[in-house]
Parts: sequence; structure tokens; C-alpha cells
Amino acid sequence: MAIETKQLESMAYLSGLSVAELEKVSQHVFEKAVGRNELIVMEGEPAEAVYFVVSGAVKVFKTSAEGKEQILCILRHGDSFNDVPVFDGGPNPASAVAMTPVNLRGINKAAMPVILREHPNVATNVIRVLAEKVRHFVSLVEDLSFRHVTGRVAKLLLEYAGDHKGAGGEAKPRLTQQDMAAMVGTAREVVGRSLKALEEEGAIKVEHHRIVIANKEILEDMSGVSAG
Amino acid sequence: MHEMPLIRRELCNGCGLCVDVCVQTVLAMIDDIVAIVDAEHCGYCTDCEVVCPTQAIRCPYEIVFAEYYERRETILD
Repeated sequence: MAIETKQLESMAYLSGLSVAELEKVSQHVFEKAVGRNELIVMEGEPAEAVYFVVSGAVKVFKTSAEGKEQILCILRHGDSFNDVPVFDGGPNPASAVAMTPVNLRGINKAAMPVILREHPNVATNVIRVLAEKVRHFVSLVEDLSFRHVTGRVAKLLLEYAGDHKGAGGEAKPRLTQQDMAAMVGTAREVVGRSLKALEEEGAIKVEHHRIVIANKEILEDMSGVSAG
Repeated sequence: MHEMPLIRRELCNGCGLCVDVCVQTVLAMIDDIVAIVDAEHCGYCTDCEVVCPTQAIRCPYEIVFAEYYERRETILD
């Protein structure tokens, strides 16, 4: 059964298409419902389709041989994932899991050349979407490769730890991972990884809403701050 | 006592992603605004904060030295 054209407008690839064009493209679009924690795409597997989030939240991630996870992005309504292998013919570059019950729309790999040939506007949209993704991932690569984020997070924790009173007696604010990311100039995903790294080194313990500095010397060492 | 995620009701757009992501069913939508309905079971996983598109939920951390934390807990006990 074809999907109503109006429902396709949120798909970034199909932005700006006429109703007639959407009707034609809708023949190639399928729907899929996924339960919470269900794996949608597995890294390394042959690619079947590009997906678009209609509702819910999807986590795209890579896993190292040691089982460490690096979140690449969290996707919501209108976002696409698994784009690249549909165009380069390679395997899925990352895994994707449903964080909530998720409704998706997808376009099979085999249908994409047909759509691009018949609707050049889609190609323009695809280029824009891929360019946005390249920009996001270049920024992430920069964070992970060149910046010593873990050291800066360690330094931040040292600065904010204590009895929660600043030098002037004012209460020190509690920090979310988003706050920490903004303060050290990185992405939230990278802060999560840094906290895990600090925990593995025995410098901190994350206990519910509390980050306990278990070993100040290790934390100072990792932050590059001399213990003096 | 467990701290809870902080909800800024004025920022909540009622999308319900936080409710859907919470495996402990700590959150629920009440009059289209997220609310904490089962504080006891919150494990502070921060997934609700991660999925929120409007930053209506915040999961702030208290950062303490172990010595201070242990001393304070002893006094409170």
C-alpha cells in the first residue's frame, strides 16, 4: 500500500518535491516499526536500505573489538541514517538501535538509482544531507583525534569538585554532561566516553547523580595538572 | 536520597520521547507535559536527557571528592 504523499514531506531526501513527484516516489518507500532496544542496522552487514525516523529516537554507534561503544549521533523525527552504503555499495558503516519504540520509513538500496534518475531534485537533497553529515563527523573526528578531551574533562571535574562552595562562598553549580561538553568545547557523546575512561582508570566513580573523585592524584595526572 | 532529573516544564514540547526511552517507567506525560511519577526507580541513566529535543530535561551531577563525600555521609548518618 502506497504511503500518503503528505507524510513523505518530512523525509529530507524528498524536500521540495511536487505532489506528483511524491506520489511516484512513494511507491519505493516502505514503513517499519521497531521496538525499544531493537537493533535496526548492524555494523558490517550488507546494506539494505536508508532509513528516516518518523517518530522515536535512534542511536547510531560503533563498537570496538573490546566492546567499547562510541555514539556517533542521536536521531529524531526527520533524520536519516545508513545513507552511505546505499550509495557506495559497501557494508553498514555503523550500527543503529532504537532507544524508544520507533517508526521508520525506508528506501531500498535497489530503488535509489531509479529515484535519483527520475527526480534530480532528490539528488540535490541527498548531497545536502550528506554534506551535513560529513560536517558533523569531521567535527567528531577532530574531537576524538586531536583534542585531549579526557584531560580537559578531568581538569573541569577538579575545578568543580569540593564542598560545592566557590571561593566567594557561592554554591558551585551541578553540571550535566551537556554542560561539561559546552565547557570543554566538545560533543556530549565525547564527554560520556571521557567519563567512562576516567572511571576505568580509577580516577572517578559515577554513582547515580554524583561523580565522586576516588583518586585525586590519578585525575590530576590525567588532567595534566601538577599535583604540586 | 536520590536526586532526580530536573524538568523545565516550559521547554517541554510534549513529544514523549523521554517517556518512551525510560525503561524504569519513571516518567509519564500529564496534560502533555513530562512528569516524574516513580522517582524511586530512577537509575539516572540520563537517556531522557539525551533524547529530549528541547533540553527540557537535565540530569546534573554533583561533583565531590571521595573524602568530603564520605565525611558528609557519616555526619548525615
